[in-house]
Amino acid sequence: MFAGLTGKIISVLAQAPVPRDLDLPLPIPAADLKILLVITFLAHILFVNLMVGSSVLTVIFEVIGLSSPRYDALAKRIAHTITVNKSLAVVLGVGPLLCISLVYTIHFYSANALTGYAWISVIPLVILAFLAAYLHKYTWDKWTGRYKRMHVGVGLTAAVLFLCIPLIFLSNINLMLFPQQWVEVKGFFSSLRVGNVFPRLFHFLAASIAVTGLFLAGWFGRKSYPLGDNLPEFNHSKLRRLFYRVAFYVTLAQLFFGPLLLFTLPAEGVTGTLLWLILTGAAIAIAFLYLLSREIQADDHAIGNKYVWTVIVFTLVVVAMGTGRHLYRESSLSAHMKLIEDRSDTFHAVELATHMRIDAGLGVGDALGGGPTGESVFRNCAACHAVDRVLAAPSLIEIQSIYKGNPDGIIEWAKAPGKKRPEFAPMPAFAHLDDERLRLVADYMLSATASPDKDEASSEHN
Amino acid sequence: MAVIASIHVFINHAFAVGAYPIVTLMEYRGWKKGDGAWDELAYKVTFALFVVTTTLGALTGVGIWFSAALIAPFGIGSLLRVFFWGWFIEWIVFISEVILIMIYFLSWKRMSASGRKRAHIGIGVILSVFSWLTMAIIVGILGFMMGSGRWPETQSLFSAFFNPIYLPQLAFRTAFAMGVAGLCVWFLIFFFTSKGSGLRHGSVRYVSRWMLVWIIPFVAASVWYWKVVPAAMAANIDVALVTQRFTQWHETLAIIMFCAIGALILVAGAGALKPKLLTSILLFVPLLLGLWLLGHFERVREFVRKPYVIADYMYSNGVRVSELPVLQRDGVLTHATYVNNHTVTSGNQIGAGRDVFVVTCSRCHTTTGINSVVTKFRNLYGEQPWDKNAMGAFIHTMHTSRTFMPPFPGNDKEADALVAYLKQLQVDHEFILAAQNSWTVKPAEVTGATGGP
Repeated sequence: MFAGLTGKIISVLAQAPVPRDLDLPLPIPAADLKILLVITFLAHILFVNLMVGSSVLTVIFEVIGLSSPRYDALAKRIAHTITVNKSLAVVLGVGPLLCISLVYTIHFYSANALTGYAWISVIPLVILAFLAAYLHKYTWDKWTGRYKRMHVGVGLTAAVLFLCIPLIFLSNINLMLFPQQWVEVKGFFSSLRVGNVFPRLFHFLAASIAVTGLFLAGWFGRKSYPLGDNLPEFNHSKLRRLFYRVAFYVTLAQLFFGPLLLFTLPAEGVTGTLLWLILTGAAIAIAFLYLLSREIQADDHAIGNKYVWTVIVFTLVVVAMGTGRHLYRESSLSAHMKLIEDRSDTFHAVELATHMRIDAGLGVGDALGGGPTGESVFRNCAACHAVDRVLAAPSLIEIQSIYKGNPDGIIEWAKAPGKKRPEFAPMPAFAHLDDERLRLVADYMLSATASPDKDEASSEHN
Repeated sequence: MAVIASIHVFINHAFAVGAYPIVTLMEYRGWKKGDGAWDELAYKVTFALFVVTTTLGALTGVGIWFSAALIAPFGIGSLLRVFFWGWFIEWIVFISEVILIMIYFLSWKRMSASGRKRAHIGIGVILSVFSWLTMAIIVGILGFMMGSGRWPETQSLFSAFFNPIYLPQLAFRTAFAMGVAGLCVWFLIFFFTSKGSGLRHGSVRYVSRWMLVWIIPFVAASVWYWKVVPAAMAANIDVALVTQRFTQWHETLAIIMFCAIGALILVAGAGALKPKLLTSILLFVPLLLGLWLLGHFERVREFVRKPYVIADYMYSNGVRVSELPVLQRDGVLTHATYVNNHTVTSGNQIGAGRDVFVVTCSRCHTTTGINSVVTKFRNLYGEQPWDKNAMGAFIHTMHTSRTFMPPFPGNDKEADALVAYLKQLQVDHEFILAAQNSWTVKPAEVTGATGGP
């Protein structure tokens, strides 16, 4: 099965552009960067999950709270957790961004460029989402009564924004894996047709709510949480059970979204190791569901005793899936990375050979460098000065009439020109051409006459 | 990019670096004098700082990365490889800063109520230090882009970081941040206090004194920085190449520095002596001058950098100094990835010229939009049909007459093709956006953005 795939990969890659890599070594070995990438990414995505999941749950409970006020109080307390989680999501994101830009420079930046406007709009969208979340939090007790709908609307706006932003990230992370399709992609929306962006998005959203459910089960379920001040109509066990249920049913739904994601993955990067890892992760997920169901059924005194275990088992699922995600990226990019490396090495060799020629005084190659001549130095001037015509400065004929027999005058002027004529832009200084070159060019300018070639140019001009 | 960077630079200076020390001092004063109204005012100002720094401030910082990846991918990619540890440490400090901001604001009421005021003020002090550290690290990276110091020889992080311009730039930015932060806090005080109240006068006077304290370091740092810039430039390029435009900018910088300092002294002096005189509108004068100064400062910084994106290593169009002779001999199209034509023939001049334009010019120039080549050549040659020989000469030597331009990284045939394309543009305006956006025109050329030419 996989031998057949290799042949397919090569034929597919034939359509992929192969850019050269940057000509600087990685600061630390690629393998270390990849480990760092997976670890920092998991830390980042944990808080992203909490941010997205909490904003969705806040809206759901606030809506329920319209008819059942104690859930409004609960929604408000969930909203309070967003403040810290969303800021950690952003700052922890810088690390994986740093790592991915280093190890997958070409692939990541290509995807960024191809989704240009959408990619940059992540910034204003996150700012808006954060401001909406603050507004939602700090107006909770002020926008009541007839303003309540508006308040729900603000929360909904934040939640919708928080749902859109992951789609832009996913489109990039997904697009970078398929260089053979870069040529066809024209912006963000067409990038959504590459690979399997939407199954990944569903999987991510479900995971966000599951993570948040598990977090809130611990957050409100712990004895030290001051329920009396904030949520007098709830008790710790009840809240813990409620959020265990949220985590349970959403994870149950992952038994559908997970396989959907796996079977829609383009086959190029699916390897045996990857399949084993994903299946192991799925098996641990089932163990997690079992643990959760035991917790939910436990009576009020015992619920929460196994909370630490649920978190540990869930972490194992996340590590398995996160590693699988990385393995898929590695295997789908390895052939293309090799092509890039080969091309970069070839170019580097050409560059070295060229510099050896230059150092040996052989010139760069085709044209052996001779010494400067008046004509060659005049190329610096020819953009503005012609023999018998006005381009962007006086003609040589006119200059000859001013400086006849006075090449030193030309040299003086060229070193520190002033501005004499209103119709032209001021001439830039040419002191960086040494005296020898300036003398050559001054003599050339005073002796130049209109050649047939130049006449031709001027007839075209007329 | 420019918008994101300006917002970030301003917020970072005025709010994060300069303002947290001020609110910490205000909190301290309220605590020492047992004045609850001062504490409440400091808390309200901190709330505003909290909202702004954790949204606009933090996100525009990340945004610079996002936009740099689009605008100068090979530049930022290379900088990342050189400065990995610098940026890694910067990241850790950034995390600490944001966590401290959240602790400082969110624990204010609880810690005050439970009698741990001293510890809370301590958090404010640590936060102030971390905000400054974030800036101290980033300035090293910015300074490196201006003058790479001894980096080309040693290739070490240390020598790249402590480049000649590092300390003066840090001093300038620190003093600027402290001064302008005073204006911002002042503005917030007007927002949170009622007109004519004793609290407003007291706090305005307090902030004014803070600003006056920073005037002398500000003047000294300005002079120091102003004097170092040309020398740093000279280290990169031949002194003689310091063009009239730079001299002009350099002089303008001095004038703006002078005006901004003068306005700051006037306003801060008035605030310290006669706080009743001041209205919020008057505050806008030094605030705008400060913004102008900062904008100008950043622009000069950009200009000084040219024609490089990384001094002595990479030109602003992404071509490395070392690969230039190869490209000029073999042709830039020969080694390019995302082009339709790899060689110039008599039949494909316009198409190949267009490819050359996209690969070598479009990082900075559009055809007819912002910073357009058509306008540049029209300024030079006017409305008459442009002379192709003169244009060819210009393209080959533009880096000697326009010293902010990189040398043309192609061979003679490609220069001719480029001229043919430009001459067609003079007649038939075709709009091409900068390379990072050119998928709107032709997908195949887009990711020229990424791989280098």
